[in-house]
Amino acid sequence: MTENQNIQASKVPTIGDRQIELLEKLCNATAVSGDEYEVRQIVLEEIKPFADEIKVDALGNVLATKFGRGENRVRVMLAAHMDEIGFMIVKKHDDNLFQFERIGGIDERQLPGKAVLVGREHLSGVIGAKPIHMTTADERKNKIPVDALRIDLGPEIGEKVKPGDRATFATRFKRFGPSIQAKALDNRFGVAILIELLKHAPENIDLLAAFTVQEEVGLRGARVAAYRLDPDMAIAVDSTPAYDLPHWDDEDQNVQYNTRLDAGPAIYVMDRATIADRRLVTLLSDAAQEEEIPYQFRQPGGGGTDAGVIHKTRAGIPSISVSVPSRYAHSAIGLARVDDWANTLRLLYAALVRVTPDLLAGERRG
Amino acid sequence: MIDLLEFLKKMLTAPGLSGYESPIREILQEVWAPLTDELSVSKIGSLHGFKRGQGNAPRRKVMISAHMDAIGMMVTHIQDSFIRITQIGGIDHRILPGQPVIVHGREELPGVVVQPPGHLLPESVGDGPVEMKYLLVDVGLRPDELAKKVRVGDIVSYAQTPLELTGEALAGHTLDNRVSVAATTLCLEALQNRFHDWDVWAVASAQEEETLGGAFTSPFDIQPDIAIVIDVCFAKGPGASDWSSLPFGEGVGLGYGPNIHPALYDAFEKKAKELEIPYHRDLMPKMSGTDAMAVQIVAEGIPCAVIGIPLRYMHTPVETVSLKDIRRAGRVMAEFIADLKPDALDQINWGE
Repeated sequence: MTENQNIQASKVPTIGDRQIELLEKLCNATAVSGDEYEVRQIVLEEIKPFADEIKVDALGNVLATKFGRGENRVRVMLAAHMDEIGFMIVKKHDDNLFQFERIGGIDERQLPGKAVLVGREHLSGVIGAKPIHMTTADERKNKIPVDALRIDLGPEIGEKVKPGDRATFATRFKRFGPSIQAKALDNRFGVAILIELLKHAPENIDLLAAFTVQEEVGLRGARVAAYRLDPDMAIAVDSTPAYDLPHWDDEDQNVQYNTRLDAGPAIYVMDRATIADRRLVTLLSDAAQEEEIPYQFRQPGGGGTDAGVIHKTRAGIPSISVSVPSRYAHSAIGLARVDDWANTLRLLYAALVRVTPDLLAGERRG
Repeated sequence: MIDLLEFLKKMLTAPGLSGYESPIREILQEVWAPLTDELSVSKIGSLHGFKRGQGNAPRRKVMISAHMDAIGMMVTHIQDSFIRITQIGGIDHRILPGQPVIVHGREELPGVVVQPPGHLLPESVGDGPVEMKYLLVDVGLRPDELAKKVRVGDIVSYAQTPLELTGEALAGHTLDNRVSVAATTLCLEALQNRFHDWDVWAVASAQEEETLGGAFTSPFDIQPDIAIVIDVCFAKGPGASDWSSLPFGEGVGLGYGPNIHPALYDAFEKKAKELEIPYHRDLMPKMSGTDAMAVQIVAEGIPCAVIGIPLRYMHTPVETVSLKDIRRAGRVMAEFIADLKPDALDQINWGE
């Protein structure tokens, strides 16, 4: 470690040009569930100088530990999934066009007319659609069926693409006004936050960072990561939808927004997979209030994060999730605010420095 | 020599929606200036490039019409930090959710077309396609900033960057009809060192996608003896497999039907055969869906030929074309024009 890095590492983490550049690199990389190679390489390169121990496990999770100092350190696991939704090529047809399957929850209405990148070489392809001139008004009342869609890489693709190759939307990262527009903000936000926290790990705890795989297809990475790390508590750091859009009828108010942009990090109380440990809800909301960091409670309801499996691992691990709110997850382009991301990082750091053995000493209460 | 790929990419970065063609026209003015003797702009905004023939006056006139306008959208309403839109030209609303766009407000604002979640839409929508009136555009600005920068009536263009596919294929928005403008430009370039009797008028026409406004007015100004209309046609691909679509990248379409003068069809077919340029008869039983629908019926009527460049996924932001077909179209037009004798019009008849 150079002296320069040493000085940086001692500071409280913030979001600046360097962090935005890293997020851009992370979002533009391809890491469809089950093939997280590209993001894993970026993560390993970034954290190598800062972690005390780094392990890539049997499923491809990156597990990095930064030990604190002093007695009675709480072992805190932070989990952020590296994988993203995308596609797998499943069949090459005679006309040089490729059939594909969706990986993760993608609304089929988001597919027609999109550019994609295929395989490790990021070959350009498109998912076309029938010309409107050839459709009837009745036909346009129905969805374009996904099995009618193909990925087209041009007439001379030859053997450069084969069944099994993964693909993602081709969206490139963009910064405009107070916002970011990019693919895979779910969950490169979390990955970027974990990297910063490892670089600025508070000394009162052992920080166990898990960059997990296969979250979008069944929370598989987080389960084995939690088992191996065996933490005292865990926080899943993810990105959650902001449905803060207007109702089609101006008269009606939208009361099911899940989260809202510009309202800060979303603290989870309950989702479909986890009932958060109330002690951790209090830890986070108190830290936010004391540090005057804007925050919101995610509206209790559906959805799930890595915490859904972590809290049931071994004899049980007190768990919670914190997310960066973002719009249009699982589509070609997500949109989120830089400020919400920065405040999520601030909140997590503020909460971690407040973790003491007393926090979890008693019984779970609520 | 024009670098076709670079020229196309440059044209695709210019919006030039119907009625708002000046961004693309300005690019063409620069490229066509050295290839023509005179440039002018029509009252409706079409670009006319005049290249004088070398035959004795009075000379016959051939007009090439390639529309330069693009389909797109327009702002209808601003609601909080969101924009509602309508279409300019024909857009299937089912391809819009998740599309990158640029809102041309006080400045260029990059954004995305948004399909709101079901609970914010009328129940009748269910999980079916969402009509354009329910879609939103989000440029990532807060309401106060948005209100300062965007007004009702501002145009919204596709922002998909062009993608090079294998086999000299290019994907992107607005290839309909910038590929034909490119072919026309290649034709003008090929005529630089060729003797041609006839005067040549190259027209980059305006408003084809909405009103055919350019195609009705330019021929009235120019009064050509014959017209070559060049546009994209349907290439075979997913959802397009019947008689009305042509093989992709395997030759140009020669339009055949009531918008086309049969003698001009025959002349082009003969020329393509002679030059061994692959072509397909592109059947247009009722109408061609091109500028020819207007050009044909201007003033006393003008004999038209229709050249087609096969295109996949027409009117989506990932329209796909083969550069080979663009070159073929440019070449067949140049050779046809160079071969027009002073009395060629005598052959454009009804065999009577």
